[in-house]
Amino acid sequence: MQSIETNTDLEVRSLDSICINTSELVHPWWYNFKYLLYGTLFGIILTKSEVISWFRIQEMFRLESFHMYGVIGSAILVGVISVFIIKRFDIKTIYGEKVDLHSTPFNKGQVIGGLCFGFGWALTGACPGPLFAQIGTGATVTIITLLSAISGTWVYGLVREKLPH
Amino acid sequence: MLSFLHQPWPWYVAGPLIGLMVPILLLTGNKRLGISSSLRHICAACLPAKIPFFQYNWRKEIWNLFFVSGIILGGCIAVTLLASPEPIIVNEKLLTSLAANGITDHSTLIPVDIFNWSALLSVRGVLFMVFGGFLVGFGTRYAGGCTSGHSIMGISNLQWSSLVATCCFMTGGFIMTNCLIPFILKLS
Repeated sequence: MQSIETNTDLEVRSLDSICINTSELVHPWWYNFKYLLYGTLFGIILTKSEVISWFRIQEMFRLESFHMYGVIGSAILVGVISVFIIKRFDIKTIYGEKVDLHSTPFNKGQVIGGLCFGFGWALTGACPGPLFAQIGTGATVTIITLLSAISGTWVYGLVREKLPH
Repeated sequence: MLSFLHQPWPWYVAGPLIGLMVPILLLTGNKRLGISSSLRHICAACLPAKIPFFQYNWRKEIWNLFFVSGIILGGCIAVTLLASPEPIIVNEKLLTSLAANGITDHSTLIPVDIFNWSALLSVRGVLFMVFGGFLVGFGTRYAGGCTSGHSIMGISNLQWSSLVATCCFMTGGFIMTNCLIPFILKLS
């Protein structure tokens, strides 16, 4: 019974998500502070490289600056090489687990939802990461942008069954 | 070294550091980089409202909420301890076209002429902040990820679906910026 419940939970969590946690290991809750630290570093990098700036996003979509293309392009390059090395040499996590790298299948959501997100990205000048960083920089009104984004996700959950996938 | 940290970081420093977040998360926690899912976990935690999509044990993904809390903290540290003394450098063409619509202040990362509390009472402000934010939350979840989850983590994992998603993100951004924003900026 327990395992059936767990499986259903994993199925629901896996819906439209590519970053779900499938690890079976149970750690003390304070292990999560590790992710607080990573997030802090990530936030500093995003802010100091001005990736969270509305102006930089406008420049990117108006083809007036190479900056954003350089950031995203080199991030992808480092990511591709890292994942290749992890797969090629079957590198385990520091807890000895196999790294979970399942693929997400294609569906229509990536096109329709992708376009919607592109519209929002250009308007707000922020994808979800920068949305949080912008609040940290003291632009308090971006809390409204974040709340709107949360409501957007909520509405998606509400109408999900009726949308083409 | 310290003065370098205070300057805006060039792309060839920031990009690879962002990319390194992928193996760090994979190897020290078996976690895949992704941020938009945090919005879903917040819904599941605060207002699941019996919607099946939010009926799961969000506590299993709580690492993601620690991660985004860190991003807020990081943004705060970057503008205080590591603050840059100069206003941000913006392309002249963009400045000229913005100035034509009364947006002249580029001393901060986010234009205060568009993003401020009183602008929430204007059509333009609502479109940029509320409608824009809504599209970010709706679109990322519909697409199954955002710039970090699809464009960086997904493409690193050589997923075709993530490449398609990234192309659509960019297409949407190009259409909005070049076809619609020039008109939205003229609204009051």
